[in-house]
Order: sequence, then C-alpha cells, then structure tokens
Amino acid sequence: MSERVKSISNPRLSLNILSPEDVHAIHRASLRVIESVGVRFPSPRALDIWRSHGAEVDPGSMVVRAPGRLIEEALQKAPPVYTLAARNSVLDLPLDGNHVYVGTDGCGVEVIDIHTGERRRSVLQDVENIARVADYLEEVAFHWVPVSAQDCPPESRGLHELLAIWKNSTKHVQTESIYSGREARAAAEMAAVLAGGKDALRRRPLLSIMECTVSPLGHDGGSLDAALVGAEYGLPVGFMSMASSASSAPATPAGNLVVANAEVLSGLALVELAYPGAPVFYAAAQTVMDLRTGAYTGGGPEDFLFGAASNRLADFYRVPLSMGSFATGAKEPNWQAGLENSLSTFMSSLAMSDMLLGVGLLSGSTVWSFVQMIMDCEIFGIIAKMMEGIAVNEETLAVEVIREVGPGGTFLTHGHTKRHLREIWQNSFLDRRPFSVWEKKRDGAPDWARDKAKSILETHRPAPLNPELEQELRRIISSIKP
Amino acid sequence: MKKEELFARIEKAIIEGRKSEAEDLAREAVKAKIDLTEVIEKGYVPGIQKVGDLWEKGDYFLPELITSAECMKAAMAVLQPELDKANIKTKTKGKVVIGTVEGDIHDIGKNLVASMLSANGFDVVDLGADVKLEKFIEKAEETKADFICLSALLTTTMLGQKKAIELLRQKNLYGKFKVLVGGAPANQKWAEEIGADGYAENAMLAVKLAKRLMGA
Ligand code: B12
Repeated sequence: MSERVKSISNPRLSLNILSPEDVHAIHRASLRVIESVGVRFPSPRALDIWRSHGAEVDPGSMVVRAPGRLIEEALQKAPPVYTLAARNSVLDLPLDGNHVYVGTDGCGVEVIDIHTGERRRSVLQDVENIARVADYLEEVAFHWVPVSAQDCPPESRGLHELLAIWKNSTKHVQTESIYSGREARAAAEMAAVLAGGKDALRRRPLLSIMECTVSPLGHDGGSLDAALVGAEYGLPVGFMSMASSASSAPATPAGNLVVANAEVLSGLALVELAYPGAPVFYAAAQTVMDLRTGAYTGGGPEDFLFGAASNRLADFYRVPLSMGSFATGAKEPNWQAGLENSLSTFMSSLAMSDMLLGVGLLSGSTVWSFVQMIMDCEIFGIIAKMMEGIAVNEETLAVEVIREVGPGGTFLTHGHTKRHLREIWQNSFLDRRPFSVWEKKRDGAPDWARDKAKSILETHRPAPLNPELEQELRRIISSIKP
Repeated sequence: MKKEELFARIEKAIIEGRKSEAEDLAREAVKAKIDLTEVIEKGYVPGIQKVGDLWEKGDYFLPELITSAECMKAAMAVLQPELDKANIKTKTKGKVVIGTVEGDIHDIGKNLVASMLSANGFDVVDLGADVKLEKFIEKAEETKADFICLSALLTTTMLGQKKAIELLRQKNLYGKFKVLVGGAPANQKWAEEIGADGYAENAMLAVKLAKRLMGA
C-alpha cells in the first residue's frame, strides 16, 4: 500500500494566462454583476444571512444583490492555507498553493465491469472497489464518490457511499454527492465519529464538501444548506460553477469567467458571513456546449484555458482551487481521452490548481473505467515530471562529464549517468516495444492497465475500519428515513 | 408589397433569425388580407425548413436553429387569433407536457428537448425544473396532452420517472399519454423496465421519437 501521495510541488514551469489587469477587470465585472444583476439563493436560511448583512434580497425571485465591499470583506476572512486531513495523517494534504493533488472523478452512473467488460449500472460494491484501487495508487491523493450506489436508498445514498470509501481507504474524502442539509449533517456526524469528536474533526477535517452552482447566476437550495452545515462543522466547503459558454454563460471565454466567478464568489461569501474564517475553496469546471447539438463536451481548447484562468482568480482571492480536469467526453479509453485529459490536466497543473478532479470517468463524467483511471494516473505522472522543469546547475550542466566522454564517446556507463538515471521518467503504459513484438501480441496500454487494476483489486488490503466505528456510522445512516 | 416579395422576406427573416421582423411581416400579411395558410406554407415553413437543412449540413449551429424556431413561434402567435377567427386549424404534431422531475434542477437538456419539439411543430407546455409528479399529470389532463416528457439527470431523481408511471397506473390513466424519459442515467432498458413509451439520447432523437409515436 502506498504510504505516500504523489503531488506536484515546487514547479519550475509557469504560465501567463491572465495579466494582473485582466484579473482585476474580471473581478470588477463580477462584483458589478453581483451588485446590480444579483445571484439567486433559493434557501430561506441563505436569504436570512444575506438580509442580516444588509444585502438587498428580493423575496419573490430569491435574487440577492450584495455590495461589492460586502463580498470582498467576507472573502478576506477565508483562510488562504489549510489542510485536508486523512485518516492516516501521513496522507494529509496541505492546500498551501504549492501542491497539485489529483482525486477520482465522481458521481458516475455506469461502470465498465472489469471482469466482463460490459457496461452496467453502478452499485455500492463498485464504490468500494474503486476506493480500494484509489487507496493503493499514489497518484490519487483523495476521493470523490466515484460512482453512485444505485442499490442504496436515495435519501441516504450519499452516506452509504461515504462509508464504502472509508471502509476501503484512509485517504481524505471529498463528497460531491450530498446536496441537502439533512444528509450533510449526518455526513459531518459520521466524520466526527471517525475523527474522535467534533473538535477533533474541526482540527482535522477528514471530509470536505463540494457543491455546484446553477449557471447562470444561481445556486441550489439544498446545496447551499449542505454547504452551510459543512462550514458549521469546520469542514472545507467549495462551490463549483459549470458555466457553459453559449448556453448558461456568454459565448466569450471572459464572459464565462465573469458568470462563474460571480456564482462562486457569492457562494463563498455567504459561507464566510455565516461562519467567519471557515475553510472554503473555489471550484470550477466551465465548458462550452457542443455547438451542433448542445451536448456537454467534457473537453476542448476553451475548457483547457478555463482550467488555468480559474486558478489565477482563486489565487487573487487567496483561496485554494478545485478544478475539473480529466473528465473526457470520449466513450472509451482512446486517442480523445488521452488528448483531452492530458491537456486539461497540464493546463490546470501549470497554474498550480490545488485539487484536480479527477481520474477514471468517460463520456462526460458518466461511465467509470478502471482502465481509464490507471491510464489517467500515468498522464498525471508525465505532467508531474514535466512540472519539475529543467534544473540548471554545475552538476546538471555536466561540463566535466562531457569533457571526459569527449567527441564520439558514450555516456552509457558513466557514473554521472548512473547517478541521474532514476530521475528519468519511466513508462508503465506507453508502448515502446519493437514493432514485431507488438504485431504478434496486438495488446497495449488498456490491456496492461486492466491487468494492473485487477491485480490491485485482488491483492491490496487497505487498513481496516474499526468494526465498532463502522457500527456507529451505520447507526447514523439508518437514522435517515425517507 | 407583392405576395411573392412578402413570402421571400418572411423566409429570409426566419433564416436570419430576426424576431421583430418576422412578427411585423405577419402583421403586414394580416393587414393585406393575404390567405394566411399560404403565408405559412410559402413563407414561414420554407424558412424554417432551410434553417433545418443548414443545420443538418453543419453550416448552422444550435443557437441559430433555436433562434429561428423562436422567431417562427412568435410570428405564429401573431397569426393565431386571425387563424382562429377564420376557423383555420393549424396542424400541430402533438401536445407535449415536459419538465424535470422533482428534486432535480438540471434543465439545460430539458429546455433543449422542449425547444426542438416546439421548433418541429409540437405544442409544448414546459413546467420547468424540480416539478412535482402530480403536476405533470394534472397538466397533461388539463391540456389533453399526447405526451408527458420526464427529464432526470440524477440517479436519485430518475426514480421519479418510475413513480410518475406508477401514479398514472393508480389513477387509471396509464396508456392515455405517451410517456417519454431522458437524461444522463436513463436509457432504453430503463424506459422498458418502468413501462415508458420511449427514451431518446438527445433532443434531435427525441423529436424523431415523438414524430414516430404520433405516426408522422
Ligand atoms: C451541467 C451539469 C450540472 C449543472 C446543471 C445546470 C442546469 N441549469 O441544468 C449544475 C452545475 C447545476 C449541476 C448540478 C448538479 N449535478 Co450535474 N451535471 C451537469 C452535466 C455536466 C451536464 C448536463 C447537461 O446540461 N448536459 C447538456 C444537455 C444538453 O444534455 P442532457 O442534460 O443530457 O440532455 C439531453 C439528453 O439527455 C436528452 N434528454 C434530457 N432530458 C430528456 C427528457 C426526455 C423526455 C427525452 C426524450 C430526452 C431527454 O436530450 C437532451 C438534449 O439533447 C452532467 C454530466 C453529463 N454528462 O450529463 C452532470 C451530472 C448530470 N450532474 C451530476 C450531479 C451529481 C450533480 C449534483 C448532485 C452535484 C452536486 N454535488 O451539487 C448537482 C445536482 C443538484 C440537484 N438537486 O439537481 C451527475 C449525476 C449522476 C448521478 N450520479 O446522479 C452528472 C452525471 C455528472 C457527474 N458525474 O457528477 N449539474
């Protein structure tokens, strides 16, 4: 089992995507929108909070217009740095602006069965299996609920899913499948049991919560209530905009950023007004609709730009960013999946997004594939290596070594080569075999990735969850009635 | 303005998606007492058909297609009272009640299905998102609908599609409306399992399905 998490840190690569003036312009435009157009908050509790802080609330439409200053002051209360705690503290994830972590993608509805190869509806056992594989892989730093447990009752499904992950992994869990205050409270109570009490949970949040905004310029009532409950327990909460250019956002990328920013900022400000100092994060997965059919695309050059640009905004507000990357629209692990997932993840990494979501889903985050999960991890490995950049110093310039080898010599057996050999990236799934070998076997990355996933499933035994704690968690789950 | 010139201008307004012009020309046609069936058949319909062709060929994109459909709808609204007065029945392909089921706020896909059905001559009542199941049935009865279209994007809310059909059975209304389902977690098998009349993976296929079920 991996007692370590692979992340990107101390990058030598960087990207100039938005100038400081651009960022300011987007910021001012977003505040203007929040002030004069407003954002919809369909939750009585949220509206009360806004009202008590002097924002203008229209009770009929539930649209809130808040002065820019109120938003700015609220955001200043957000901690710039905090840690996503893991049950095994070695696997804690400091969100300090100097790490990029990858999670699993989430809420898939179908699974490509690893044994039969058939596509079928996802069940609780899939959540367990995926969590176990994710627990093993060092590239996966934390979990989202990867697929929905459709064999569990809808009112407590999100809780069964959490338990399934906790039973199979000691890494941090972020839920994106809970969107009611009631379920969020039960989830926080479960996390408190695991952490050893509410105070302990506040110090070491084992769970974080991601909610969606509703573009353009709206929120979902249940999601708002869930976020507020999370913040009450000290769990990091974030709001993710999926503003889609040409349908739920302007066709121009800058306009899309304004809409998404207004939604996320207003959500985070609400949380800070209610619980000053609560850990929050910016989350985004903007996209462009498919112009021919209106479908969700899951990739494309604009999406890749959004990944990097959103991070500039999150940096400006001094809060961590969770960014949608990977999440290809491809239907099987193929050229498109490799292309989209590489570029989206590279761009988000270049801008040092704190959390990237996530590996494993195909077809616009709907179909789980273990093969894709494993191959996505290799993509992240390549990008992590690139982010190290090129170190230039006496030892790496190697002038003396070059002198010793001289014209026409070889570096193959030189001590310097041996010293630095293991710094060179190693492939697991890129096919570098001779053509004739390939021709005979006709296999490749998907086959090897499948074998790897199978062997992890067969052999990896995660640290077990104490049966008494599990009982306690089950008791909380069963308290939720339809 | 000559009749032919008016038809050409109507066709152009629809193709270029200019709403107020499409409406103005409708008013002009009424004022000039031109046969309205002819106005529709030779002006508006060829316009929207060309738009459809342009979209099929890939020259037009969805925003253009929907804009033209909305122009068409606006112009028809101008003509409707006159058609009623003259007792001319316009052909509707069928009446549709559509919405996203309760607990679910995803509405982008549902909106698209509604727009495309409406663009293709269906009469559409859109109940919005997060709609109570009873409401679908009430509205369908009230409007004597042919279709109830249930959109659901979540694995939790797709169960609402099943419940709606159970509700129809309880009320002895099963079979009275054709029930169509769609959204990310739904599929053909699910539709069959719950006794729906059809499933479609996107708005264009939904139109085809609805037309087929109407025997058109
Ligand atoms: C955009 C989006 C959102 C937006 C919705 C904005 C809006 N106004 O609709 C926002 C950000 C608000 C959102 C919120 C949530 N979402 Co969401 N969302 C999506 C996403 C990425 C795209 C959906 C979309 O708009 N597609 C574009 C349209 C055009 O396509 P479509 O909806 O599929 O519709 C087409 C067809 O399905 C069909 N169709 C649709 N309805 C009907 C009906 C009939 C009768 C017929 C015949 C055909 C038909 O025709 C349509 C047009 O072509 C999907 C992923 C996906 N690939 O579907 C997730 C997805 C649906 N969401 C998901 C989830 C989990 C959520 C949240 C719970 C997340 C959270 N933690 O807050 C919340 C839900 C809250 C709630 N109470 O509903 C999951 C659901 C799966 C599951 N396991 O249950 C998905 C699959 C993504 C994922 N893996 O996480 N989401």
